[in-house]
Amino acid sequence: MNKAKIAKSAYRTAIYVILIASSAVLLIPFAWMVSSSLLSEEEMFQHPPVWIPKPPHWSNYKEAWEALPFTTFLINTLLLTIGRVLPQVFACSLVAFGFARLRARASSKLFFLCLATMMLPGQVTMIPTYIIFNKLGWVNTFKPLIVPSFFAGPFFVFMLRQFFLTIPLELDEAARIDGASSFQIYYKIFLPLAKPALGAVAIFSFMAAWNDFMGPLIYLHDIEKYPLALGLRLFQSYGEYATRWNLIMASSVAMVLPPLIVFFFTQKHFIKGITIGAFR
Amino acid sequence: MTGEKRLHRKQKREEREFYFFISPWLMGFLFLTLAPMLASIILSFARWNIITPPEWVGFDNYKELMHDQLFWKSLGVTSTFVLSSVVLKLAASLLVAMFLNQKVRAIGLFRTIFYLPTILPIVASSMLWMWIFFPNGLLNFFVTKLGLSPQNWLANEKLALPSLILMSFWGFGASMIIFLAGLQSIPQYLYEAAQIDGAGWWSKFWNVTFPMLSPVIFFNLVMGFIGSFKVFTPGYLITDGGPHYATLFYVLYLFRNAFEYFNLGYASALAWILFFIIMAFTLLIIKSSPLWVYYEAERR
Repeated sequence: MNKAKIAKSAYRTAIYVILIASSAVLLIPFAWMVSSSLLSEEEMFQHPPVWIPKPPHWSNYKEAWEALPFTTFLINTLLLTIGRVLPQVFACSLVAFGFARLRARASSKLFFLCLATMMLPGQVTMIPTYIIFNKLGWVNTFKPLIVPSFFAGPFFVFMLRQFFLTIPLELDEAARIDGASSFQIYYKIFLPLAKPALGAVAIFSFMAAWNDFMGPLIYLHDIEKYPLALGLRLFQSYGEYATRWNLIMASSVAMVLPPLIVFFFTQKHFIKGITIGAFR
Repeated sequence: MTGEKRLHRKQKREEREFYFFISPWLMGFLFLTLAPMLASIILSFARWNIITPPEWVGFDNYKELMHDQLFWKSLGVTSTFVLSSVVLKLAASLLVAMFLNQKVRAIGLFRTIFYLPTILPIVASSMLWMWIFFPNGLLNFFVTKLGLSPQNWLANEKLALPSLILMSFWGFGASMIIFLAGLQSIPQYLYEAAQIDGAGWWSKFWNVTFPMLSPVIFFNLVMGFIGSFKVFTPGYLITDGGPHYATLFYVLYLFRNAFEYFNLGYASALAWILFFIIMAFTLLIIKSSPLWVYYEAERR
């Protein structure tokens, strides 16, 4: 073997060592979360820390679930998530079709405005929006969280428009000659063709809705209306549970699983969606 | 009817359809963005606790802000957080992305692992890190292994903010993925040409990778800046702004004013200052971009 070859394989080995070491470090917190969730009371505070609980206390999951009304939290989270994802996908696809295919004098100006609103920090509109929803009597209901999803979010509009632009114009021209209306073209041609992109929007808004903390924190006050994101932190407010880290980790694992599973099965779309914004 | 007129009518119809299709965004813009923005400007010149009638106070909120120590404290805390977390994350994510771009096997697996922390709901990851930072938690175990003395990370005024920066660093995978996609779109022939010219790895990085990747660096810089300036949840959940305001993030201070003290006018003034800070820095980055960002399309 010559020198260059040895140098090259040493270089490649170094890269693998660095990558494997850094991903191991990154995974430690995950491993710690899972193993903590299975620890017994005594094992929890042992030094050195117990990584493999003997036996694993699966009952922690049951105990955590029953310590707080987690079934209610889960139902609330599901309702909120569905209520936010479906209208968002529908509204964004309509708007994106308008921007991608229909000609109007103000079209490019309005699209620029739409992109510009992405820069606006939500904190600027948060307080007046709260006041409006408060006057409408919507505080402590799901409405302030669901109703805004019927209005299209600029990032998703942008994503879908980029996708719609890749659909050949000949398709809608042919349909127009056959007498199809714009809505029929949107509904019968664009929506079926855009399934992957619509899926990406659905995944993103699912993650956002499932993980949202500040929205429910501002608007929901009764424990019966809490989603998981608010319910999880309740452990901190009950003295007897504040340091039951095994229970807290068990319910954290439970909350993390759905987005994690969705991510694993939809990685390709997901990563495409993330990267689309960076390459305009 | 002349052909021109018919065309005109068709155009008009298409324009009406356009407004029908974009109406979900347009309505949202008018009612959930523009109107609240205007209301927020007005509110920032008033004193209001939502119960008693609002009182017009002119620039008093803004004047008060200038003398509000907590406002300055929160600006300082947030700036420290933004600066360290953006720099650390950008550097790490660029480095890892470049390693991954070396025709590595199982690149998909590595990419998934690095991206994983950003998938976690912020509440769950906050709980996890609270437990890691706990006095007899995991971090202290590693620290004592290294022969250092254990710390009470979250209760120590000097360590609380760095702890939250460490936690946010865990999520550097988000920008890493974007860097990786950017690196993969750099045409290979540029490297081959550099190779023929006898360029070493530094020269290849400085003359090929950096200019070709600069739009992506720019994007990540702007997004990272905006995102971390709005940091809220870790400060709220893990440290509650403490100890002694050491983790009082700007948005946390704004939130407290709005939804805990119900100083809605004062909180609106805070929101507008936030808006101007973000705008100013974003413009600064954009204005400086011709100096260091290379857009291929413009050169053609």
